[in-house]
Amino acid sequence: MTNRALTVVRAGALTTVQDQGRPGHAHLGVPRSGALDASTAALVNRLVGNPSGAAVLETTLNGCALRPCCPVTVAVGGAHCPVTVDGRPVAWGAAVRVPAGALLNVGTALSGVRGYVAVSGGVAVEPVLGSRSTDLLSGLGPPPLTDGATLPLGDVIGGHARVDVVPQPAPPAELVLRVTMGPRDDWFTPAALRAFTASTYRVSSASNRIGLRTEGPALERAHSGELPSEGMVLGAVQVPPDGRPVVFLADHPTTGGYPVIAVARTTDLHAAAQATPGTPVRFVPARRR
Amino acid sequence: MSGTSGMGDTSGTSGAGGTSGAVRGMRALPVGDDALLVEVASGEQAQALHTELLRRRAEGTLAVREIVPAARTVLLDGLADPARLASELAASELPPAPPPSQEVIELTVRYDGPDVADIAALWGVSEEAVGRIHAATEFRVAFCGFAPGFGYLTGLPARYEVPRRATPRTSVPAGAVALAGPYTGVYPRSSPGGWQLIGTTGAVLWDHTRVPAALLSPGTRVRFVPVGGP
Repeated sequence: MTNRALTVVRAGALTTVQDQGRPGHAHLGVPRSGALDASTAALVNRLVGNPSGAAVLETTLNGCALRPCCPVTVAVGGAHCPVTVDGRPVAWGAAVRVPAGALLNVGTALSGVRGYVAVSGGVAVEPVLGSRSTDLLSGLGPPPLTDGATLPLGDVIGGHARVDVVPQPAPPAELVLRVTMGPRDDWFTPAALRAFTASTYRVSSASNRIGLRTEGPALERAHSGELPSEGMVLGAVQVPPDGRPVVFLADHPTTGGYPVIAVARTTDLHAAAQATPGTPVRFVPARRR
Repeated sequence: MSGTSGMGDTSGTSGAGGTSGAVRGMRALPVGDDALLVEVASGEQAQALHTELLRRRAEGTLAVREIVPAARTVLLDGLADPARLASELAASELPPAPPPSQEVIELTVRYDGPDVADIAALWGVSEEAVGRIHAATEFRVAFCGFAPGFGYLTGLPARYEVPRRATPRTSVPAGAVALAGPYTGVYPRSSPGGWQLIGTTGAVLWDHTRVPAALLSPGTRVRFVPVGGP
C-alpha cells in the first residue's frame, strides 16, 4: 500500500542486508548471520528511530549510493567515510534527512571496513527463518546488493533520536581479542600454545563475513589425527591444517572439523569487523566469566 | 515440535540396546563463556544424548539457545550457567538411542568428481570401483551441519575413511558428492569446502520455501543411485 523503497545506484564492493540474524537453527546447519558490528548496527537504527532489530545495510570498504523514492531519515556509522546528499556533504554518525529522489552517497572508508546505513522504517525484504540477513555461507536471505536493485522499506514507527552525533569507537590500530582457551587446546603443542598468545598475527586480506583469517606463526598440533566434526560457536578460533588461526564471525559454519584452540569474547568481534587487512592481532587469555 | 517422539520413557530398555545407563567417559568441555561441548564415546551415544537434551528443553528443564549434535559431541550454546549443567550431566544417565527411520531417500549421482583418482589410489581400487563401492552402501544421516541441508552420512566401512584435503577449496559446486573421514556429504550450494569430491547429484538438498526445507535430517537413510555409469 505504501510506496516506500529505495533504489541502489551503486552497490559497492559488497553491501548486504543485515539485522540481528537467525540464531536457533544451528542444528539444521543454519548460521546465525547478522551484522558483524552489531553494536554499530543497533546505534544507527537508534539514530533514525528504528527498533534495534530493524534491517540495515552493511557496506564493505567503499560504501554504496542509494536513491530513496520517498523522504527518509538515514544514519551512517561504522567505518568512517564521507557522506553526501546530492553531492553536498552531510554528517556521518548522525540522523540526516534525505528528500525523495535525492542521491545519498556513502563514500570510501577512511578507516575501518564495514559501514552501516540505517534507513527510517528499516529495509523490509522478505524474512527467511525469521531474519532479513544475507548469509554469505549458506545463501539464505537476500543476495548482496546489485546496481539498479530496489529495496522495500518498512513503515516508520518512531521519531528519530534527538542527538546530533554519538561517539563511536575508532577502528582498532591493534586488534586485541580476549580469549578463553579450549575446548581443543590439548590438540596443540606447548610451543604452539605459547606462540598463540605471545605472537602478533596480522589480519589477512582473505577475511570475510565467515571468518577473520590471520597471517603469522603456524600453530603446530600435538595430534596428527583428525577431529570428528563438532558444533562451532561465534568467536571460535579454529586452526586449519596451515596452522593460521581463523576467528569465526557471523556467517561461520555451525559445525567444523578443525580444532578450536580458544574462543574470543563476542563483544570483541565488533572491533574485528572493522580491522583492515594488515592490522596486528593479539590473542590475550582471559578468565572465564 | 520437539522431534523427540519415541523417547518418552527414559527408563525403557527397548530400541537400540547397549547405550542405556551412565555413560562412562562423558566429558563436558567449556566453550567460551556461555557454551558447553559434551563429548561421548560413539555416534550412537551422541544421538541418544541429543534426544535426551531435546526432551529436557521441551519439558522446560533446560534453557539453551542452540543444541547442535555432531559426530561424538553435542554443543549447547547460550547457557546461563555452563558449569552447573556440566556437573548435572556428569551425574545423569542416557536413555537408549531411538530406532532408525524406515524411509530411504534415493539420490541420483554421477561419479565424475575431480578427486575420484585420488580416492581410488587411497582405497587401492580402480577409478570405476569408487562409484561402485559408494553406490552399494546404505547410508544414514548421523547429524547435520556445515551448511543448511548438509547431512553427515555414515555407512562406509572404516577401511574407506579418507582425509580431508590439506588445503580446502575456496569454492565447491552445489550438488557435489564428497567424502571426508568416515562421512559422505552433498554440498547443498556452492561454498568453500575441504572434502574430497567424487560425484555430482541434481537433488535439491535445501529449499527454504519447501516443508521441510532440508531433504536430509538426522536418522534419514540414504542410497546413491548412479546415472551414466557403466
